[in-house]
Amino acid sequence: MLRRMLAFTLRRLVVAIPTLLAIATASFFLMRAAPGGPFDTEADLDPEVLENLYTAYGLDKPLLEQYGVYLANVLKGDFGPSLVYEDFNVTELIAIGLPVSARLGVIAMLVALLLGGTCGIVAALRHNRLFDHATMTMAMTGIAIPSFVTAPILALFFGLYLKLLPVAGWNDGAAANMVLPVIALALPQLAIIARLMRGGMLEVLRANFVRTARAKGLPERQVVINHVLQSAAVPLVGYLGPALAGIMTGSLVIELIFDLPGVGRYFIQGALNRDYPLVMGIVIVYGTLIILLNLLSDLAYAALDPRVRRTYR
Amino acid sequence: MSPLLEIRGLSVRFDVGDATLTAVRDLSFDIAEGQCVGIVGESGAGKSQTFLAALGLLAENAKAEGSVRYRGREILNVPRRELDTLRGRRIAMVFQDPLSGLTPTLRVGRQIEEAARRHLGMNARQARAKAREMLETVRMPDAEHCLDAYPFELSGGMRQRVMIALGMICRPDLLIADEPTTALDVTIQAQILGLLAEMRRELNTSIVLITHDLAVAAGLCDRIMILYNGRLMESGTTSEVFTSPKHPYTAGLLASLPSLASDPATDLPAISGQPPDAFVTTPGCAFAERCLQVMDRCRIERPVLAAHEGRHAAACHLNTK
Amino acid sequence: MSAGGLLQSPTLRRAAGGELSGSLWRQAGRRFRRNRAAMGSIGVLLTIALASVLVPALWPHAVEDASWENILLPPSFENWHWFGTDANGRDQFVRVFYGGRISLTIGLMTTLVALGIGVGYGAIAGFTGGRTDGFMMRFVDILYSLPLLFFIIILVTVFGRNIFLIFVAIGTVEWLTLSRIVRGQTLSVKAKEYVESAVAIGLSKPAILRRYIIPNVVGPVVVYVTLLIPTNILIESYLSFIGLGVQEPLTSWGLLISQAVGQLDTAPWLILFPATLLAITMFCFNFIGDGLRDALDPSARQ
Repeated sequence: MLRRMLAFTLRRLVVAIPTLLAIATASFFLMRAAPGGPFDTEADLDPEVLENLYTAYGLDKPLLEQYGVYLANVLKGDFGPSLVYEDFNVTELIAIGLPVSARLGVIAMLVALLLGGTCGIVAALRHNRLFDHATMTMAMTGIAIPSFVTAPILALFFGLYLKLLPVAGWNDGAAANMVLPVIALALPQLAIIARLMRGGMLEVLRANFVRTARAKGLPERQVVINHVLQSAAVPLVGYLGPALAGIMTGSLVIELIFDLPGVGRYFIQGALNRDYPLVMGIVIVYGTLIILLNLLSDLAYAALDPRVRRTYR
Repeated sequence: MSPLLEIRGLSVRFDVGDATLTAVRDLSFDIAEGQCVGIVGESGAGKSQTFLAALGLLAENAKAEGSVRYRGREILNVPRRELDTLRGRRIAMVFQDPLSGLTPTLRVGRQIEEAARRHLGMNARQARAKAREMLETVRMPDAEHCLDAYPFELSGGMRQRVMIALGMICRPDLLIADEPTTALDVTIQAQILGLLAEMRRELNTSIVLITHDLAVAAGLCDRIMILYNGRLMESGTTSEVFTSPKHPYTAGLLASLPSLASDPATDLPAISGQPPDAFVTTPGCAFAERCLQVMDRCRIERPVLAAHEGRHAAACHLNTK
Repeated sequence: MSAGGLLQSPTLRRAAGGELSGSLWRQAGRRFRRNRAAMGSIGVLLTIALASVLVPALWPHAVEDASWENILLPPSFENWHWFGTDANGRDQFVRVFYGGRISLTIGLMTTLVALGIGVGYGAIAGFTGGRTDGFMMRFVDILYSLPLLFFIIILVTVFGRNIFLIFVAIGTVEWLTLSRIVRGQTLSVKAKEYVESAVAIGLSKPAILRRYIIPNVVGPVVVYVTLLIPTNILIESYLSFIGLGVQEPLTSWGLLISQAVGQLDTAPWLILFPATLLAITMFCFNFIGDGLRDALDPSARQ
């Protein structure tokens, strides 16, 4: 079984290569199709200086040649120099930004999973009772209010009024600085996870095998833990992989509001200033991340369901 | 001495949106110790719901009224903790579809062991040995290997054997088999029925066999009860019901059974019409609309039957003329 | 109750048969009308939409009227500044509903774009089947593994921040799930016995499409679309919040919220109104979507 899983993983990784190539190609040509260049903002550059800049960054060569050179470099892990952050190359910037975004995303997801999962399970077990209705109303609210509304309000309340937590900044990842961004990121995820978990539970609780388990005389606690949870978590697992990738991309706004040096902020700066290498580098890194997380969630499916394990080849 | 299971005035209602569906209507009968009783009826007659209600396994939107006593002790609508000492230990149930009835994510052995660990206080090793023994009792080929298999890896017949092993592991007094052979091939069907008969003989377990197939019931059961529209239509020993049916519905069911003697060229007489709606309750006999011998009285006054007296009886005005 | 048990009733078996014919549509309609949350949501949404059309036209203050004497006024009934004024002294009430116009329009238009592409693509893949289908769906798989929000941002920066390009950018990215739904439904309906028998008796392809496939695809698509509209409104407000979406002098709920964040400590009411309206709109679409799903698929309830 382990060998089969390993083979499955390897095959998936091989299949991912054309996907990554497609991502790189699409972002490369999209960025080049844009009117305007990266040095437009530096008002009235001498045309000669501009030309030198283009030559220095290889932007004067034919498009296809640039594309080839770029791909070759990416394979070596070199995404080229950033055009905006002049003293850095893209790989360095991602190395600075990714740990920040990833740490926030993972912590927020863990919080959301723990609280949202528990709420969903309890709500399903108290189906149509007060706790169920209250949790689901709160979950609806959590989904309806976007994080760029909750984030500033949290900052205002806990930062400015109560002065309990810093309003913004990273401060090398100090715990106090992470509290508010994590809450703002986790809230909508928590709501979605609670709904998914509740839905999965309700579905499984109606299944025939749950009736069999009850007919054995098992107490409900044991029925839920042994017979329900594993199957009920399946829809959640499908969601978690892409969502973890999403929570990192979705943190664009949170990074902006709390002034955090994450990938999202570099991406927006890069996009606004037509910093081709930076934007493409980030897109490729995130594409890889999504593919890996999807693979991880497929493996988790297999861990949860023996029938799925068997279909993987 | 009180009977093993005593059902009195049992009704089961489902709350379906703004309507109420009545699956079981004021049902009363007994299951005596050591008996094998066949509960026969079309789908929707309320066969399964009767026993699901007795074991507290009804769906969330269902309500049961009346009384169900096990050895004289009331078990209907009692707290879960009381039910849990009974279910799986004294009364076990085997369900129709063994694929959806077994937890897909757990190995078969673990699912069989659970009841033994719970009720017989066995440790993991003892329970596993017991589960293996049970699988051998139900003639499972390669029992040891089967313990570590997942339900989807087994065939339908093997899954049903697992279900029976799972139900019988604590040697219950009563085994309720709900259409245990419906999902199976004919040859496997016969094997499973043979297995049930053997269980009964060797372990002295009472059996309730729920089926829509009179022939299946006849092969295994001492007594037969015919259910229609949630009510008891006829009750008697198997030979009484087969040789001298007292209810036109039973007669109709018997007539529609194919037999070797019947001429294949002629159509089997089927009961015409549709079973009545579970949403409505008519004042008269539920079978009146489809009955060939219907009288005016049948539509106004409902014939009653008290089957717990143990004699051959039918709920039909033809018998009280 | 277990679905199996319930389906033993002949009446319910008929009702739960899955394929929606005329009377089942009517039943679904009745179930939907009984859902108070969903019906109420429709009322609220219509009110918001109507206000978004009428308020900017009829209100005593115009959208772009700045007034240096009336900067950051708190909400009051005096002088028709019900929601107060912003940092430029513009009336917030009229701006919130003007923003509603644009947010709702973007939600609808982007969804229409996605609907067109998704349904067309999915139907072709599902109906053609075979190798074409495999190829088309592999392409969708690839697109699924793209960081989509990033792509919207690239599209918007590359092609300018024109409002029509926002429609296209969001729409071209959000059709993937729709195409999967349509293809899946088409394939599963195609495999049903009654369609096979329809083919066998020689019904033409368009007739099969019209009579069997479209009615079965409509349900799930309608549900998904109802949930896609609020998603797209949210994406637009993300873009506007970052500064890549709707640009002044136009405005949207996202842009209003973004501008309000700067004044949060001095004029908290500025964020209150657009955020509340945005949240209410999200709520309503979600309730309607849930209601439609429950009405069209009664077995998914309880």
